[in-house]
Amino acid sequence: MVDIIKLTAAETAEKIASGELTAVEVTEAHLARIDATDEKVHAFLHVDREGALAQARAVDAKRERGEKLGPLAGVPLALKDIFTTVGVPTTVGSKILEGWIPPYDATLTRKLKEADVVILGKTNMDEFAMGSSTENSAYGPTGNPWDLTRIPGGSGGGSAAALAAFQAPLAIGTDTGGSIRQPAAVTGTVGVKPTYGGVSRYGMVAFSSSLDQGGPCARTVLDAALLHEVIAGHDPMDSTSIDAPVPPVVEAARNGSVAGMRVGVVKQFAGEGYQAGVVQRFNESVELLKELGAEIVELDCPSFDLAMAAYYLIAPSECSSNLARFDAMRYGLRVGDDGTKSAEDVTALTREAGFGDEVKRRIILGTYALSSGYYDAYYGSAQKVRTLITKDFEKSFEQVDVIVSPTTPTTAFPIGERTDDPLAMYLADLCTIPTNLAGNSAMSLPCGLAPEDGLPVGLQIIAPAMKDDRLYKVGAAVEAAFVARWGHPLLEEAPSL
Amino acid sequence: MSTYTELMSYEDALASFDPVMGLEVHVELGTKTKMFCGCSTELGAEPNSQTCPTCLGLPGSLPVVNAIGVESAIKIGLALNCEIAEWCRFARKNYFYPDMPKNFQTSQYDEPIAFNGFLDVQLEDGEIFRVEIERAHMEEDTGKSLHVGGATGRIHGASHSLLDYNRAGIPLIEIVTKPIEGAGERAPEVAKAYVAELREVIKALGVSEARMDKGQMRCDVNLSLRPTPESEFGTRSETKNVNSLRSVERAARFEIQRHAAVLTSGGSIVQETRHFHEEDGSTTAGRIKDNAEDYRYFPEPDLVPVAPARAWVEELRAALPEMPRVRRNRLREDWGVSEHDMQSILNAGAVDSIVATIAAGADSAAARKWWMGELARNANEQGVVVDELPITPVQVARVAALVAAGSLNDKLARKVLEGVLAGEGTPDEVVEKRGLKVVSDEGALGAAVDEAIAGNAAIADKIRGGKVAAVGALVGAVMKTTRGQADAARVKELILERLGVSE
Amino acid sequence: MPGITREEVVHLARLARLELSSNELDHFAGQLGDIIGAVARVSEVADQDVPPTSHPLPLTNVMRADEVRPSLTPEQALSGAPAQEQQRFKVPQILGED
Ligand SMILES: [Mg+2]
Ligand SMILES: [Zn+2]
Repeated sequence: MVDIIKLTAAETAEKIASGELTAVEVTEAHLARIDATDEKVHAFLHVDREGALAQARAVDAKRERGEKLGPLAGVPLALKDIFTTVGVPTTVGSKILEGWIPPYDATLTRKLKEADVVILGKTNMDEFAMGSSTENSAYGPTGNPWDLTRIPGGSGGGSAAALAAFQAPLAIGTDTGGSIRQPAAVTGTVGVKPTYGGVSRYGMVAFSSSLDQGGPCARTVLDAALLHEVIAGHDPMDSTSIDAPVPPVVEAARNGSVAGMRVGVVKQFAGEGYQAGVVQRFNESVELLKELGAEIVELDCPSFDLAMAAYYLIAPSECSSNLARFDAMRYGLRVGDDGTKSAEDVTALTREAGFGDEVKRRIILGTYALSSGYYDAYYGSAQKVRTLITKDFEKSFEQVDVIVSPTTPTTAFPIGERTDDPLAMYLADLCTIPTNLAGNSAMSLPCGLAPEDGLPVGLQIIAPAMKDDRLYKVGAAVEAAFVARWGHPLLEEAPSL
Repeated sequence: MSTYTELMSYEDALASFDPVMGLEVHVELGTKTKMFCGCSTELGAEPNSQTCPTCLGLPGSLPVVNAIGVESAIKIGLALNCEIAEWCRFARKNYFYPDMPKNFQTSQYDEPIAFNGFLDVQLEDGEIFRVEIERAHMEEDTGKSLHVGGATGRIHGASHSLLDYNRAGIPLIEIVTKPIEGAGERAPEVAKAYVAELREVIKALGVSEARMDKGQMRCDVNLSLRPTPESEFGTRSETKNVNSLRSVERAARFEIQRHAAVLTSGGSIVQETRHFHEEDGSTTAGRIKDNAEDYRYFPEPDLVPVAPARAWVEELRAALPEMPRVRRNRLREDWGVSEHDMQSILNAGAVDSIVATIAAGADSAAARKWWMGELARNANEQGVVVDELPITPVQVARVAALVAAGSLNDKLARKVLEGVLAGEGTPDEVVEKRGLKVVSDEGALGAAVDEAIAGNAAIADKIRGGKVAAVGALVGAVMKTTRGQADAARVKELILERLGVSE
Repeated sequence: MPGITREEVVHLARLARLELSSNELDHFAGQLGDIIGAVARVSEVADQDVPPTSHPLPLTNVMRADEVRPSLTPEQALSGAPAQEQQRFKVPQILGED
């Protein structure tokens, strides 16, 4: 008897296609797992039991009729609560959207449905994706399945935790400064930030428009690739969507290899603040890549030292404008409308009550950076830094095929440790931010446990824009070598919940 | 609403001050869909029936630029002799207002699509005044608020407001002049002539109907005074939403008089927005523009830059129609009418109708006569412009042809037009149904003439005696018995013939 | 090192329509001062002759044909409205103008 929840997405899809399992069985197994574990983990904000089962039944019926099934038909998925879903609440982890039921599906939601993927529900996240720990959710934190007292990363902590807790084999995240990769790193799962413009942003609630990118989360590189292929592609509803074929990610994931590849290591992704065990596992990864036939090249990207500063000007600036629409007039929370107050007051009272501290901090910071008198020094300069970072990447990718680094400087930290120290919290995204600023693609996959705390460490692989397939080619090779070395996937070492 | 405002006489104001104006005109484009989404722009739909996630600003929605919106902006820019940007971006103008779904307006800031142009306008006496154009840029309209609970739908005193977002996102082109200097006492006339000419240009381009009465074209009048043309600009007031040509002129005039009174009495002008009042032509203070206003413009990250290919721009330039002023002058010469008459035709909105009527075979005098006479009067009575009347230039040309052929006289022709306007059918159908035909049966006409002579012996005698002018009375009698359907000239001929008199 | 005063935070909160409490104002002023201190480094490049990047990818001229697409129904449009009347969004009295 197979343990359904331990199967990979690829295996699950195969068994459903062959009739060995039904989509309903698979869905029920995962719903049962959620029932059994989510009180502790709190990965989900909303479980759409009926919707998921209806979708599963439809897949089974389709199969019975002999209709063609998608590559992930019947596979359950946990959707970050930032994508709109018709008829299913979408809160973005915020009180201000509590109970909002969108009248439209995000393009990504539509693509998942069209691919017969079963959406189990919506996962917890830092409010409006602002954070690196999921503690900024208005609905309470999510626990890291490796240690429930520790953070699962953020903002997509719910999605990563759902994977690590075997509540779903697939999940969707969004990555503005590392919100897919950092949670993947600290939960021992795989997460990919596709090239900016690779996955449609239509229906994905905006945090920072020029940085946000939706992407796949999974427990294996191949599963991430299968999901990547389903959600990627040109969307005429998103002006920043790339009108070009999706890179051959699945093919790459099935043919992992680094032989003959040049792999870059950036000088700037090291130094103070990096946990010893993280550095150790990263160095071992670099050794592994050499053993697998890669040539290691040292890179100097001086502008990366300014990435964090640029990010914390650009993202807040864009968010201060993107979040202005939450004004209590058309949807969402309305506070203080007692018949005596003006629209202006009701807007201000609602935003005060509906937004959490981190959101308010960033709105104020962004308002400041954009205001006349500061624009050139702050927002304008940040955009120049962005150009410099892009140039550093371009120069690097003339010398190497991919770049590797630790995904995040430390393993999962304890819940509550950094909640009132924004600058400390921001350090979690040190290695992931440059990619968002430049718009290229990156992956995080597990590279072992830190000896000092036994928690997962993530290896980041960075590829040029629209060369997302390289992530999978390298990632699959590294994953295979590590699993062979460990004798099992890393997640098998996680405590049972 | 308007409170008493101290004014100086216009003449005195101009004796002491030199006015400087800036005009900002917003034109709603006549595209089928909104600027950033596929919702219809059709007027008159039920509330909130033409909205989507994008124009409602729902979380997650994104804009996509309407290609015809961009094309129209370029056409307007070219017609205003502007340079067209090789590369420009949209920007977000951030401020909160309930009629603006995203609480930022997607507009353009320091990179307008068109800039540095001019429009030559012709004043009443034929003088040409060049108005320089600073920029023309693309943006989007807001929703419409209905203020409830206060007096006459005003915002003040309302208990709440109701919002309809059908208009939110409709493409706007904002056209901004450079400071208009040197107009002197003619400043109000220049303002009016500029807006009128701009409207003609927009209409000629076919990018909008530019109906000011329907809010498709709205004007803000910025005005300041300075002691002499050499002095620095004074503080300006911004009179918002001045929505008719006449009002543009009145608003400028009022502000000149108001500013002059304030400045002369030792006061100073406050930089503020002002509201124009149609009833008495006055303006009243609105919001004071303090420096706290900070729109925090930044490039719209959800839209990519617009970089109009030069080949496309040249293609659009080559396809521009003849500019209205040039065309008007050409027509004026062709038709042999005075500047003044041409102005009246323009004001009546009848130029195109007359051109089309001539194209349909009428001679220019007849076409002008019907459009500027009977039809203009009718339009006026109904409060519409002539080209909105339910009659086509082809039909008017047919009426003119019937008159020219002698089968209708002017009086009958007017009845035919009346019938067509009343929906009774084509001119020929109206003639048929109403039996409006000049009586040309010589026998019947002869009998009527004989009858008139017999019934008015005294007058007939006078005529025989040489008082030919008296023939009018007999003609009148004949016309009466024929119910107006006789050709009056022929009747006169017959009477004189019968009485043996020649003219 | 650039800081931020409590008064500035008050002004910014008003621009951003946030009715911050007095405690929050104190708290945020301190934190924002630290953050601004940390991010102000970007102005090192202010004088460099580098074009700013507003969009990560060099796309231009993404436009759609002027063709009508189905709108939401008024019911869908109003489905999230905190209050509605006469098929319109009902909002409290508006003070401002323009
Ligand atoms: Mg404007
Ligand atoms: Zn729309």
